[in-house]
This record gives sequence, C-alpha cells and structure tokens, in this order.
Amino acid sequence: MSKETIDSPPPATGGVTRRNVIKGLGATLGLAAYAKAIAPLTEWKESATVDEFLQQHYKELSAVDLQIVLGRLEREAKKEYGVDVHITDIKAQPGVKFGYALNLSVCNGCRKCAEACHIENNHDRGSNNSYIRVFEMSRGSMDMEKGNANYEHPVKQPDKFYLPVQCQQCEHPPCVDVCPVEATWKEPDGIVVVDYNWCIGCRYCEAACPYHARRFNWEKPQIAAHEINPEQSYLSNRIRPQGVMEKCTFCLHRTRAGRLPACLEACPTGARVFGNLLDPKSEIRWVLENKRIFILKEDLGLKPQFFYFFDV
Amino acid sequence: MSDAAASNALPHTLREHVRSQRRFAWRAFVEAFDGGVAFYVWMIFLTAVALVGANAWAIQVRDGMGITHMSDHVSWGLYIANFTFLVGLAAGGVLMVIPAYLYHDEEMHDIVIVGELLAIAAIIMALFFVVADLGRPDRFWHLIPFIGKFNFPVSMLTWDVIVLNGYLLINVYICTYLLYERFLGKKPNPRWYVPFVFLSIVWAISIHTVTAFLYCGLGGRPFWNTALLAPRFLASAFVSGPAFIILAIQVIRRVYRRDYGNGPIATLTNVMRVTILINLFMVVSELFVEFYTGGSHTSAAHYLYLGLHGKHALVPWIWSAIAMNLTAAGLLLTSSITTHPWRLNVACVLAFAGIWIEKGIGLIIPGFIPSTLHEIVEYLPSVAEWKITAGIWAFGLLIYTVLLKITGSVFARRRELDAAAAPTPASTPELA
Repeated sequence: MSKETIDSPPPATGGVTRRNVIKGLGATLGLAAYAKAIAPLTEWKESATVDEFLQQHYKELSAVDLQIVLGRLEREAKKEYGVDVHITDIKAQPGVKFGYALNLSVCNGCRKCAEACHIENNHDRGSNNSYIRVFEMSRGSMDMEKGNANYEHPVKQPDKFYLPVQCQQCEHPPCVDVCPVEATWKEPDGIVVVDYNWCIGCRYCEAACPYHARRFNWEKPQIAAHEINPEQSYLSNRIRPQGVMEKCTFCLHRTRAGRLPACLEACPTGARVFGNLLDPKSEIRWVLENKRIFILKEDLGLKPQFFYFFDV
Repeated sequence: MSDAAASNALPHTLREHVRSQRRFAWRAFVEAFDGGVAFYVWMIFLTAVALVGANAWAIQVRDGMGITHMSDHVSWGLYIANFTFLVGLAAGGVLMVIPAYLYHDEEMHDIVIVGELLAIAAIIMALFFVVADLGRPDRFWHLIPFIGKFNFPVSMLTWDVIVLNGYLLINVYICTYLLYERFLGKKPNPRWYVPFVFLSIVWAISIHTVTAFLYCGLGGRPFWNTALLAPRFLASAFVSGPAFIILAIQVIRRVYRRDYGNGPIATLTNVMRVTILINLFMVVSELFVEFYTGGSHTSAAHYLYLGLHGKHALVPWIWSAIAMNLTAAGLLLTSSITTHPWRLNVACVLAFAGIWIEKGIGLIIPGFIPSTLHEIVEYLPSVAEWKITAGIWAFGLLIYTVLLKITGSVFARRRELDAAAAPTPASTPELA
C-alpha cells in the first residue's frame, strides 16, 4: 500500500505509450552509439592474452613461472616484430655494486654513446630515443640552463664542453619511492629497474626524477626486424610494451655477464669508466679516489652512483 | 488523506526493507530517465559529449598516448590538471557543510546535500581523469591493495588512492542515507549521519592535502616544491566549491520554482569573499619569493608569467586567470552582490574558470617547463585531450544532474504527502 503512495509512478511510465516507445528507441540508439564509441578498444593489441593480463609481479614469479613468461614474451616478439629473440633473466651478482664515471675533460660531444644505447636497447626508431642526452655547455658555467641538447654542428666546439646525462642510479631513488605499484625498484647491484609488465603507466616516476632519466612509451616501439638486437633480458633491453616506463639499466644484460655497457664501448675518447664500486682494485675506485669528482645536483641528496670528473 | 497516512507505515522486517529499498532504487531509476523537454535536451547533449570523449579515449588506449601532446619533457598535462582541480572541487563541495553543522546554521542544512552530491560527482570525474592518464588502464588492478602491489605508505599516490575512494564512499553513504530516510518519510536520525558528516569534513581537507603532497614532495621540481602548495590548494578549493554550488542553487531554484537558498547563498558569498582574497594573497607570496630571490629555481615561474627564451605558450593563460580572479574578487567585495544574482553568477563563473586555469594549466604544466635538465619543451593539449576532458566533464555533470533530480523529486514528493497529511500547511522542509 505504501508503494502506491510514496512511489506512485507518474502515469506515463507504465505500459506501451508513445512516450515509452520513444524512450526505448532512445536508449537503444544510445547503447549502439556507446558500443560504436568504444569499439577501438577491440582493435588494441594482436597478442593480448589472459596470461598477460594476469601476469604477476616479477618478484612474485617462481623460476618455473618466469620461464613460462619468457617463452611467452619471445613468442610475442616473433608475432609482432617477426624476429626470433632470446630473452633471459640474468640476476645480480653478489659482491657487486656498479658505478659509472665520466671524464668531462675529454668527452667531445660526438653522441656515439647515445647512438649505441639506441641500438643496444631496441629503442623506437622513429623517435630516435636514447637513455642518454648530451648537453653542449658553455665553458665557465655549470648552469644547465645555458646548455643545449639539440646541437647540430660539428664537435668539438672550442669554447664548449659536453655533459652526457643518463640515469644516475641513485642510492635513494625518488622514482622508486613514488611508484604506487612497486613496478620499479633498486636491485642488489645498485641498478634501478622497471618491470615493463607490471608498470601501469602513471608517469609519477618521470615527474619525480631530477635527471630526466625516465622515458615513456607513448606509442608501440617500431623497429625493423633486421635492426632488432635479439639478445635481450627481461629487466633491460627487451622491446617494451606500449604505455609503460623504461630507463637506463647500465646494460645489465651485458654488465652482469662481465661485459661493459654499450655506451662505454662506443665512446671513442675513453671518457667513460665503469666498474664495481665494491672492488678496491677497480678502475672506477681509482678514479673516485684520485680525481676531482663532480656529482650532478648533489644538493638533492639522492646519492647518485654516477660521477663526473675532470682531468685538468 | 488515508493513503498519505498509510505511507507512514515504515518498513520493520528485513523483507520490508528490501522491498522499500527496491522501490527507492526504482524511483531513482525512473527519475533519471524521465523529465521535461529541457531535461532531455540537456541529457542528450551531455551524453553526446561523453560519447565523443569515450571514443577519443578508446583510440588513445589503442594507439597509445602519442595522440596527446604530452612528451617525456612535459609528461603530465590536461588530465592531471583537471584531476587536481576536481579534487579541490570535491573538497570545496563538502567544506560548505562546516557552517551548517559547526554553527548550527539551520538554513545551511538545505544545501548540504547539494555539496555532498557535488563531491560525489567531482571525485568520480577525478578518478576518470586518473584512468585517462594511465598508459595501461588494463593493469589498474595492480593498484588494488592485497590483490596487486600497493606501495603504501611510501608512495603518496597510494595515499591518494585511499583517501579519494574513502571520500567517495563516505559521501555516497551520507547522501544515500539522507535520501532513503526522506523517501520513507522519516526525519533522518543525526546519530546515523552527523558523525560521518564530520568525518567527511576532515576527510575533505585530507584529500586535497594529500593531492598537494603528490607534487610538493618532489625535490627535483622546484616550482612545486613549496610548503605553500597544500594551503593554496585548500584556499582555492574554498573558492571553486562555493562558486559551483551557488550556480547550482540558482539552477535548482529555476527548476523547482521555490524560494530556496537565499541565506545559504549569502553565507557562501561571504565564504568566497574571504577565500578568494586568501588565495590571491598566497599567489602574491609565491610570486614574491620566486622573483625577488631569482636564480634558476625561478625559471618555471618566469616561463609561466613572462615567457622564457622566446617561449611563452602559457603566458596568456595565467594572465587570463589572474584577470578573472581579480574581477571576481572585485565583484564579490561589492556590498550589493547578493541582491544582484546575475552579477553574482558572473563572479562565480569567473572565479571558477580562474581557479581552473591557475590550478591546472598554471600549476601542473609549468612544473615541467623547463625540464629537470633545463630544456624548454612547450605543451598545449591536443584535440584528443580536449575531447576526453570534455567527455569526462559531461559525464560528471550528467551524474550530478541525475543525483540532483532524484533528490529534488524525493523531497518534492515528500512535501506533497506532508501537505496532504497535515491539516495546517507544512513549513518548508529542509533538504537534510
């Protein structure tokens, strides 16, 4: 009875009236328009699978799970890029903490390091992406505002010096702190990595990083099959999915296997020194103990493991 | 008469409750899809805009965020700008509850639900903007505590997830309770909602503080790295919230043709008179520190207000915002503002738009220009970004319209019944 009083519907809402038929038509049209509007979602990704959607965080994967994931990723690469790649998961070695030093007195700004990074790490070809930006700086100033990363003239200019910047692998990385889903973390050997299959793409880390070290995959990376570096690892240079963050890993797929980073091998001037900070006999330790060291934005207190030094 | 008296038979058993709740839901559903010509035109317009936005978003998910004008230099843009503004609007909506409950302003009780409903719609929009900004919305489940991985308490973004969703739940509860009780013809029991109202006041401050901490905790972004950010956010929220509610009350008055909300409008105008000046004062304080101190930390402010190295895409935006806020402040300070509804409306629209620019395009974007390595890459939103933004706003207004309409209908229906049941004319019922 109270239904009748409190909720007696307006007379026109029941039965087959013209008003209701028009409403039904309107609702149908609306639903059809909605389906049409979100239809692009169905064309998203060729290789979208339930396994990919449900994949757990890297640190939660058992050895067996990880092998299954690596196999799936290799098949995806084959399907989407037409190339046979080999994806490994190489772990940090005990007793190793990587450090990098760069001699500002000899760097000539040729950007071979940036190019080597581009090739080694399977970067998107169209955007010419690289984890390294080289700034041409005016002598007599460390003010980066006076620097220029987009120079297109022969190097080395006499009144300039050159400052390559890449991930500084901070001891206290703000990018790791801000990540809401722990998709990025610092490995035991000091390298800050990203799980490309866990990152949600919020780009908070990119806002937090003071060194412009992080890159976002604004689109699906495009690389011709014959240009792809097939030797890949899960946490470093495998081809990244669309919509996730990536960053320099000191080429951990090389350096954890005893090789040097691609940027160092490419440098024609010998400006770059890479090694184990925990090994007292390493070259990097010698540099840190005997050269005048300069740390970029040291005042922020993030304790980078990337050091600049001067010879003269 | 007998029908009306019968309506006082309230549900007691669980079964009766379920039945009356079902009736309540049905009534709400009918209200959402039934109305006059103006209602249909408005709703179809909003639906169309929302669908344009949904389509642009679907394309963005498919093709990647390259269709926006964001870049690795300016990695947050229009979406996060709107998100920030809307968190403020949500907070500002509920902070209007303070005068009602703290000072027992009985007439203010009328508009409490208007503010609470605004908070619901604004939070939903804010959450939509976060989703629009995600590169991988399919992985949103990684953010769910216990199911995904939740970097709490280190990441401020996890705090924001908690406070925003909590705030949404609190306000949904309060509004549903108030409406349902009214629907049953009961006077809401203060014990069941006043504690939550106070909780929502504290919570409103928390959502905007946490959102400010998202930005001001970043040492690498000097433009945001100021302790004044959270107070500034709150002050501007107390401008945009009342401005929107005043405009909403004007619309409600036209639709329901009743003498409603004169007192609350005067109270809200008085609130804005103070908050708009506090906000301007804080802007001046920031500007003084930036420009008097100088140095490279000033370059973002320099870029925003004056342009830097020949780049000045944001300069017209920020000066428009300042002009709008100053004009609004001037209008609000005139003594005759409350007796001139149109002048008040203009002041509210200007203040609302001014704060929207100041907090979004004038705050989020210059945080990235120049970049952390002092490169200047400019940003203005792409067409796709504008479409998605308009779509989310349309959807939010759609929700707000429906919620207000349901509320209005529940109260109007109650009033009729009361009038029919009571031998003497009933006094104007309060909305809450």
